[in-house]
Amino acid sequence: MAGSPRQTGRQFDADHEGFLRHRRFRWLKRAALLCVVVTLVYALSDPQPRPNGGTWLGYALGTLGLILILWLALLGVRKRTMTRGAWSLKAWTSAHVYLGLALIVIATLHSGFQFGWNVHTLAYALMMLVIASGIFGIVAYATVPGALSSNREEMTEAQMVEALGAVDRQLEHAAQPLERRWIEQVMLALDESLAGDGLLRRLSARPRAGATMQAIAAFNSASPDEAADPAIVRVEALLQRRQAQLSRMRRHMRFKALLEIWLFVHVPTTFALIAALIAHVVSVFYYW
Amino acid sequence: MSERVRIAIVGSGPSGLSAAARAAQLGLSHVLLERATHLSDTIHKYQKGKHVMATPSALVLRSDMEFGAGKREAVLDTWDQQAAALGIHVMYGAEVQAIAGEKGSFIVALKNGGQVAAETVVLAIGTQGNPTLLRCPGGDMGHVQYQLDDPGEYVDEHIVVVGSGDAGIENALGLSADPAQRNTVTILNRSADFARSKPANVALLHEAAAAGRLTIRLETSPAEVRKGELLLDTRDGQEIIPCDRIIARMGSAPPRNFIEACGIAFTGPDREALPVLSPAFETSRAGVHVIGALAGYPLIKHCMNQGYDVVEFINGNHSLKPADEPILAERLASLPGQRSVDQWLDLLRGNIDIFSDVSPLQLRELLLDSTVRSFAPGEPLFVRNDTGSSLFAIAEGSVVVEIDKGDPARIVTIGQGQIVGEVGLISGRRRGATVRAGGPVIAVELSRTAALRLIATVPAAGRAITRVSIERQILQMFGSGLTREDIAEVIDSAEVTTVRAGEAVLTEGETGNDILVIRRGSMAVEKTIGGKTVFLSYLPAGSYVGEMALLDGLPRSATVRAAVRSEVIRLPGDAFARLLERKPDLQRKAMADMAARRDINAFIEGRKEQFSSSVDMYSETAQFLVDNGLGEATDVLLIDETLCIGCDNCEKACADSHDGLSRLDREAGRTFAHLHVPTSCRHCEHPHCMADCPPNAIHRGADGEVVIDDTCIGCGNCQRNCPYGVIRMDAVPPKKPSLLSWMLFGSGPGPGEAPEKWRKAHAASDEVPKKAIKCDMCSGIDGGPACVRACPTGAAIRIAPETMLSVSRLAKEE
Repeated sequence: MAGSPRQTGRQFDADHEGFLRHRRFRWLKRAALLCVVVTLVYALSDPQPRPNGGTWLGYALGTLGLILILWLALLGVRKRTMTRGAWSLKAWTSAHVYLGLALIVIATLHSGFQFGWNVHTLAYALMMLVIASGIFGIVAYATVPGALSSNREEMTEAQMVEALGAVDRQLEHAAQPLERRWIEQVMLALDESLAGDGLLRRLSARPRAGATMQAIAAFNSASPDEAADPAIVRVEALLQRRQAQLSRMRRHMRFKALLEIWLFVHVPTTFALIAALIAHVVSVFYYW
Repeated sequence: MSERVRIAIVGSGPSGLSAAARAAQLGLSHVLLERATHLSDTIHKYQKGKHVMATPSALVLRSDMEFGAGKREAVLDTWDQQAAALGIHVMYGAEVQAIAGEKGSFIVALKNGGQVAAETVVLAIGTQGNPTLLRCPGGDMGHVQYQLDDPGEYVDEHIVVVGSGDAGIENALGLSADPAQRNTVTILNRSADFARSKPANVALLHEAAAAGRLTIRLETSPAEVRKGELLLDTRDGQEIIPCDRIIARMGSAPPRNFIEACGIAFTGPDREALPVLSPAFETSRAGVHVIGALAGYPLIKHCMNQGYDVVEFINGNHSLKPADEPILAERLASLPGQRSVDQWLDLLRGNIDIFSDVSPLQLRELLLDSTVRSFAPGEPLFVRNDTGSSLFAIAEGSVVVEIDKGDPARIVTIGQGQIVGEVGLISGRRRGATVRAGGPVIAVELSRTAALRLIATVPAAGRAITRVSIERQILQMFGSGLTREDIAEVIDSAEVTTVRAGEAVLTEGETGNDILVIRRGSMAVEKTIGGKTVFLSYLPAGSYVGEMALLDGLPRSATVRAAVRSEVIRLPGDAFARLLERKPDLQRKAMADMAARRDINAFIEGRKEQFSSSVDMYSETAQFLVDNGLGEATDVLLIDETLCIGCDNCEKACADSHDGLSRLDREAGRTFAHLHVPTSCRHCEHPHCMADCPPNAIHRGADGEVVIDDTCIGCGNCQRNCPYGVIRMDAVPPKKPSLLSWMLFGSGPGPGEAPEKWRKAHAASDEVPKKAIKCDMCSGIDGGPACVRACPTGAAIRIAPETMLSVSRLAKEE
């Protein structure tokens, strides 16, 4: 806009691109180029007696794959080390994703399509498992955040817990004047907790099921006389609010779990992979 | 009435107590009048164990009372003991109602009916003020109280809380918290909502009401207090409710009314104005003195020194050198000319226009917050695009301003006695030009606080600075070889007005040809297209609008609305048109600016069919961002929630880059269309936090970041003043074990902010003072803000609003 003062400051890379699109798919292009090059070299070379890890190309691909795997594993360190300097974790993630996918090509060509029941194929299988869990992660990262954001409607986790507590306190109070059978329903509903702590339970918890739903159903089936009682109406409305809050929290936990669960495969398998790789490399050289 | 004392001191805070101590030491007859039942009520009300700081450390303490940094209890104990040892004559529970008589024979009337006769009066009442009283009939009855110390004290009572601020809500909640007390609590709110209170408090209040623990009465105010009942004015008429006790929490009145009622003049009508004082702290009413926070000096050491000095002055010691003499002597020693402090003060007062009405004492105080420097010929005072909010006054020599960044040869000379750098002071933005010494120059650099205090206390200086700043802002904005003489006519008829947030300064379709210059704040430009409001652009301070209507004579083509509370300079169109006629360069520039704006209008008009949804989306998003304070931001963290996986690595990185405390709360804050504004500093153009910082610890850094430095005394003013809740008060946690030992051996709490429990268990000492903590944009850290660098998915971005809030972005994205 004309007539506006210009602000000059430190110029940061504030472009608004996600990790997949980072710098117009810079790492996708590089990884694709790498795959094309190694495939071409593989196709054009004719090692004797047949392609495998023991040829010069096999060694080259194996070394490349090993270095890549070790470097990719360092993302976990990079993420937690807040050093100075112009690095960006987004760029690291981007490179991690695309170079990790390139490993499928590199490692497969390294194997020369020779598989068997041995430590070598174990390393390969573990690597593919790591990559598969990573692909799940990419899909989760690309699809879940929007839903997570819409579901929480500006509430923080602490506020959700607080809001549920507030409804519960009101319920406890509002149920006092009711008959015993109603109070029992409300007490059962109040006893219903979220889902528990386990990751699988968080994933499988159904948002609209449980004692609160049952209590609502019971209140719904009240006789017309009872349904006209303002105290009953009030408790039922509070139960509905409790259910809405509970469903929101369950969905929130499920989304958070979806964003995390693959890491429980990805990270431990990475360590197993590194162990298997060590066995693979040592055995290859030992029996050389 | 007892016999007449030499000095009556009102208020036993640091300044009053120090004054009384001096009087006692000198053997002068005196009385120290204290409203409360103990000394130093303000410090007494600090929370238990609060660390009281002693800044500025350079200032020498000159008082008969001791004072050093330490716990509230230790400070108060020392003062109590020393007050007793010195034989200070204190009268507790003595609230002053009026001061009658004149110098030599004052009669100080107390609220409890007592009277004190005194020759002189020293007012050291601070700025805390008195609670607003219940004005209705019966408001003075015994069961009306203005404070609630322990809500657990009352049982089986009908209690009415009057006032809808946080204090009132918290009292009402406290009184109704325990049903076993069986209190019937009612809270009265004059208006229909609780707009002035924290949302969390309001939510708790409504919850308590829903649970039947208390009653909220909206649009209701007390009409008459009676024994055992209260008559209410409600929207539907009057009503009587039982009432055994009234807790009135309606805020407090600043002490200005009382001071003015004592016949003491203020420097102006503004809220920031201070009493007019002589060098001996004497007010416009002879024999009445004002010292301490009310005189504009909020730091304890300043106050105590003033207490000492004022009694010395009253006792006839006119040769007393202020306590700051050695500091000033040291500061001035390096200057050429071998002058004494007094000679320097005379020279500065004589040569610098804005100092001509300043008393020597005020000048001393100003210089404590300022530096006097000599510059060699050609040496820059400051450079274009530097950040700095200080004001330079030229005491000797002249300076040249390089007005054109492309051509250093184009200069304007500013002579002795004038000021430079006032734009940074007013608008908080970067320096607009380089200023160099035109020969040997001696200049005073006033810090922002010193300059603002000068404006508040010396109206003539304030007016001079305002005029110069308007003149310079316009010269700088339009450039085009204009001189002061050229724009004199425009400036003479210029008018500065304050605009509320949301108020329109120009309305689409109206006629008018005035030019508006945004002096403070920022504006949003909107246009109505097909019945919908489209957000066209965002104008920061230092921009102008209105040239289109002036040049083409058509009605206004867009509405310009204040995004935040702003100040605009209205330049009359006719005078400006004459200026354009005289200055073809300026005319060409204005035409070019107009063409650029026409392009944007044409773009919007042309695209309204195809792009209506994206334009709508853009407008709504821009409006959301402006509503969330981006209108006054200079750099803000946003989170794209379609990418945010909630890993909180931004918060962890923030904590690990800054002493282990995170300065942002990712999850909290508003969201619109997946664009989230987390609770994190926006680096406002006119930072609210800077408004009232006693040690002046908040500055704008080299990259426009607003930072709090180590001189923070932990008073919490900035936290209260920040409308966005981004400042936290906390103590620096102990150092964590290294990342490697956490990864390998699991020692320490790992990356990010350590949990409270771990911090407590590993604290090095009991007393780590809490200080204000906020985002500093990772000032001084290579690579820039850690939150953005540490985001694994690219969800966290930092933007400057003027780049974000322009509809022309749509054109680029097309």
